[in-house]
Amino acid sequence: MEAQKTKLRVQDFSVFYGDFQALRNITIDIPIHQITAIIGPSGCGKSTFIRAFNRMNDLIPTSHAKGGIFMDGQDLYEIDAVELRKRVGMVFQRPNPFPKTIFDNVAYGPRVHGLRDRVKLAEIVERSLRDAVLWDEVKDDLGKSGLALSGGQQQRLCIARALAVEPEVILMDEPASALDPIATLRIEELIRTLKENYTIVIVTHNMQQAARVSDYTAFFNMEEDRAGYLVEYGPTKQIFTNPREKLTEDYITGRFG
Amino acid sequence: MSTELSSRVSAPPLSPPKLGGKEGGRRTARQTSGNLARRKLTQNVAFAFVWLAAFLAVAALIWIIGYVMVQGVQEINLEFLTTRPMGGVTGEGGMSTTIVTTLYLVVLTIAIATPFGVGAAIYLVEYAGEVERENRWVSCLIAVARTGIEILAGVPSIIFGLFGFALFVVALGFGFSLLSAGLSGACLILPVIIRTSEEALLAVPRSYREGSLALGATKWQTTVNVVLPAALPGIITGVVLSVGRVIAETAIFWVTLGGSYRLPTGLRSAGRSMALHVYMLAGETTAFDKAMATAAILIAIIIVLNLVINYTSRRFAARMMGSK
Repeated sequence: MEAQKTKLRVQDFSVFYGDFQALRNITIDIPIHQITAIIGPSGCGKSTFIRAFNRMNDLIPTSHAKGGIFMDGQDLYEIDAVELRKRVGMVFQRPNPFPKTIFDNVAYGPRVHGLRDRVKLAEIVERSLRDAVLWDEVKDDLGKSGLALSGGQQQRLCIARALAVEPEVILMDEPASALDPIATLRIEELIRTLKENYTIVIVTHNMQQAARVSDYTAFFNMEEDRAGYLVEYGPTKQIFTNPREKLTEDYITGRFG
Repeated sequence: MSTELSSRVSAPPLSPPKLGGKEGGRRTARQTSGNLARRKLTQNVAFAFVWLAAFLAVAALIWIIGYVMVQGVQEINLEFLTTRPMGGVTGEGGMSTTIVTTLYLVVLTIAIATPFGVGAAIYLVEYAGEVERENRWVSCLIAVARTGIEILAGVPSIIFGLFGFALFVVALGFGFSLLSAGLSGACLILPVIIRTSEEALLAVPRSYREGSLALGATKWQTTVNVVLPAALPGIITGVVLSVGRVIAETAIFWVTLGGSYRLPTGLRSAGRSMALHVYMLAGETTAFDKAMATAAILIAIIIVLNLVINYTSRRFAARMMGSK
């Protein structure tokens, strides 16, 4: 992986839901300020995998993890989960703006972290909305409910909301799967511009999307017991043009999945 | 048309339908349409029955309300509303103090029950799950609490009255008073508020909670800033329903509030709510017309209350869905 600096290091990492093993012995290094795509068939543990980075899996009562997962060399399980989620933001599969105004949606994160200064909040809201390429469409309607926006705008609002807390990493769990093709393209453009400042991990079941936006691609598959495992990981170009594994080739050419 | 169809019903099937063939297809269709007449008849009979049931139910309601209103309105005038009851076997005087007492009682009861009810619901929905996994004893207690709430919601109000009488009126020495009545009334509506609040909280999508937690909010911040506001319309509906319950309740206040028709001057004063006034006028005096008049006002208040619930919850829903 050339001389890329590693942001997130995953070592021999497994996740269980009760007795069911969802992920088996994943080892992967996610480079800083790059876009890493996770692809694979439904149920192979892609979502479980990225939800490990902000410990959202902890919210599921029966889940537990084994192995190591590190950010900048620090064990994620030694960081308080609330503090961790400030540093590792997330955008979900379905746009989930709060039933609040556009302004309050974006200001939500800074506010819960204690920022009360109105001028600063307004600055952050504007900057975040600009970075999420939504500002021009909503600048006159900041008092309107976030739920009144279209699906694509809602998703960009959720991205702005994540940017407002200035995370180091942004996790995206199929961020465009609920959107139409035009809104999808806008989100993809946006993701490309964000990598300058953020490390991005994106789950997608759309292989063209992975090929279009990502720098690195990891292909997950599941074993017969339905535990997800990593088949192949490398620069996106190599995965899509010259995969090492037959399984990867079969998947990206649409022979299964 | 109908005779044509019914003649087809009586016609014997010609031969088993052949699948796929043109001929067979047509025969299948003909058999179905014969069957259709009978199914339509069943449907019409069912419609007639359901319609009649609905009509009778609504008619009975309108008749009751209409009767009380018509009877009551004749007695209602400004004097009746603004003078206090005078007591006596003939039920002299108006109903002014009972309106004020009812208002006090509602405010007091809701003020006591809402924080506990909503708090309990938040605990049960948002926090109990975590504890249940870790501690067997606590999870046992929570199970008892859940069952208790279910059962209490169905207990007749007079039982709460007896409890309130024994505990607040006698044992704690509050006497017949607004305080005793408010505390007993709070016990009565607590299960209602807990259950409606629980349902409102459960209806908040998990994605709101995840969205907030993923931004680094604590669970409490998530609950206060995202979950509670989203659940508010449902919680308010529960509270307003409870207001209706307090206004309408008689038995529980008969044994805790006393029945004094004087204006309450403090928490320790006894009093008489409107529903209690209706009950006492009808049972202990000859002023049946005044009981009707008070009942008419009571009904009018409850109708207005329902309109307010409908309006506010629709407004809330509209605001949530994003129209300015």
